[in-house]
Amino acid sequence: MSTTPVTSCAEPRHHPSRPPNRPRVDNEPVTHPPRGIPLRRVVTVELRKSFDTRAGLWLLASIGIAAVLTTGAVIAWAPQTEFTYSRFTLAIGVPMTVILPIIAVLSVTAEWSQRTGLTTFTLLPHRGRVLLAKGIGAVLVAVAATGVAFAAGALGNIVGTAMAGIDTVWDQNLIDVGYFALGNILLLLVGFTLGALIRNSPGAIVAYMVYAFVVPGLLAFLAFNQAWFRDARGWLDPKYNQDLLLQAGDLTGEQWIQLATTTAVWLALPLTVAVVNLLRAEVK
Amino acid sequence: MITVESVTKRYGKYSAVNDVTFTAQPGRVTGFLGPNGAGKSTTMRIIVGLTPPTHGTAHVLGRRFIDLPNPGLEVGVLLDASAQHAGRTGREVLTLATKIMGLPPRRVEEMLELVSLTDDEATRHVRDYSLGMRQRLGIAHALLGEPEVLILDEPANGLDPAGIRWMRNLLRGYADRGATVLLSSHLLHEIEVVADDLVVIGNGRIVADGSKAQLLTRAGTLVRTRHPDQLTTALAISGVTYTETGVPSTGDQLADRGPGRTLRVEADPELVGHIAHRADVALIELRDAEGAGLEEMFLQLTADTQREHHHPSRPGAHTGATDSQEEAAA
Repeated sequence: MSTTPVTSCAEPRHHPSRPPNRPRVDNEPVTHPPRGIPLRRVVTVELRKSFDTRAGLWLLASIGIAAVLTTGAVIAWAPQTEFTYSRFTLAIGVPMTVILPIIAVLSVTAEWSQRTGLTTFTLLPHRGRVLLAKGIGAVLVAVAATGVAFAAGALGNIVGTAMAGIDTVWDQNLIDVGYFALGNILLLLVGFTLGALIRNSPGAIVAYMVYAFVVPGLLAFLAFNQAWFRDARGWLDPKYNQDLLLQAGDLTGEQWIQLATTTAVWLALPLTVAVVNLLRAEVK
Repeated sequence: MITVESVTKRYGKYSAVNDVTFTAQPGRVTGFLGPNGAGKSTTMRIIVGLTPPTHGTAHVLGRRFIDLPNPGLEVGVLLDASAQHAGRTGREVLTLATKIMGLPPRRVEEMLELVSLTDDEATRHVRDYSLGMRQRLGIAHALLGEPEVLILDEPANGLDPAGIRWMRNLLRGYADRGATVLLSSHLLHEIEVVADDLVVIGNGRIVADGSKAQLLTRAGTLVRTRHPDQLTTALAISGVTYTETGVPSTGDQLADRGPGRTLRVEADPELVGHIAHRADVALIELRDAEGAGLEEMFLQLTADTQREHHHPSRPGAHTGATDSQEEAAA
């Protein structure tokens, strides 16, 4: 057995005399002073992980592409009298309520479905910090997407009204921007929670689709037929309140309380369960 | 330094790892050896905190893994080379790790060069990598932070012979500079060549633990005969301990007369030959068991915990005395 340090006798393209990774003497012990990993760094890396694959890059691009397409669709097909700023941002918001949660889902589930958790959680064994970083990263994406939505909407509003030859209506203010962002963040956190609960990419995405599209339809049907549910819906149906926030913005005091209540029960509670499970789970 | 103390992992009633205790010393390559499903990977996952143990503790450099402030700089881990996002390039995988550890970007290029992944290969997606390339990437990943401790699960899998030799030299060099290297394998020869210490695990339990020299000395002499009963009686009379083995016969020109039985005897070949001579037992084979190497020992130690029972004889050690009593009774 040779005792040559890190040389690569089987690899002729290397310099055999000195190991490339270690410009040090052979007998020197391998030591490092320990330094911690700041959360900011973890957030940066987790954000990068969301978009450094082809699939991730396309998801990111699809936010912009969908914004442009929906803007074009509004100009092409909506009645010209309805060209207002809110008309545009509302339309742009629809595809975002799907794309942003999927980004959040995948940021969590990829660690299991793609098994990257093996390296992620050995480089940073504090799983809570990794999750927190993923959550912060997803929220930052939602904030950026809000900016894209309002920029594309403004552009569409200017172009659309100019083409129609009508006055440009600016019926959105900063508070509306905030509502838009908050609504999207809540939906994205639903995706994040489902991802952390299910820890499987297709499963969590399907679960989100059921939450976003199947259940609201069923509950609308129930509300149509059952008066008691129609009255109680605000206290029970989280998606109903999230849609109100995204569409109308201005909620009444009671509606805010209803939003807070349904968020606590249907989002905060499952998220807590998911995080506790995930901290204990075995990473394979 | 890696310290594993009384670690047990149960899944319901099934024990994947059962009261496992061992230490991997700095400056030495510790081979973690066992058949498939013996509990090697589970133990390694417990060491790095990916799997919570049911009982027991594991420490790396005197601390629990979770208490290491920046583990990548102190412990290099390769548990499964295929556990990488298929859509990421090799270079990106390393870049992400350097960013988390806070290392300069040039470490990525240095490591790519060290493991001989070309620029073209580094920009390919991991899904297009062969297993050997994934292993190289995984080893590069583990070495990024110049760690003091290396934990590698089956790192030789998928490497070509040149690659295996390269990795052997690399690990040797690392240990010689004072690093602790724990590497698992079911490839006995791979471990035998590179390891200083051995920890052998079977069915979740440690079945042998010690320096390679110690464990190999215990190997004794291999002797093969078609008259096993006479030989075992003679050995028992001489007070020499022996073990039935499942070592397959090689180059047997007299196969039609049966391969005979092979015994591993805890004595030197000369004494065994002498005993056989006095008992008038013809031997087909007589040699130092070290030639059979670790494989024989490994089969021995894990015989009753292995999945495949390809030995005709009952596995496990008997002393000569017990055996002769049994024969006398019969």
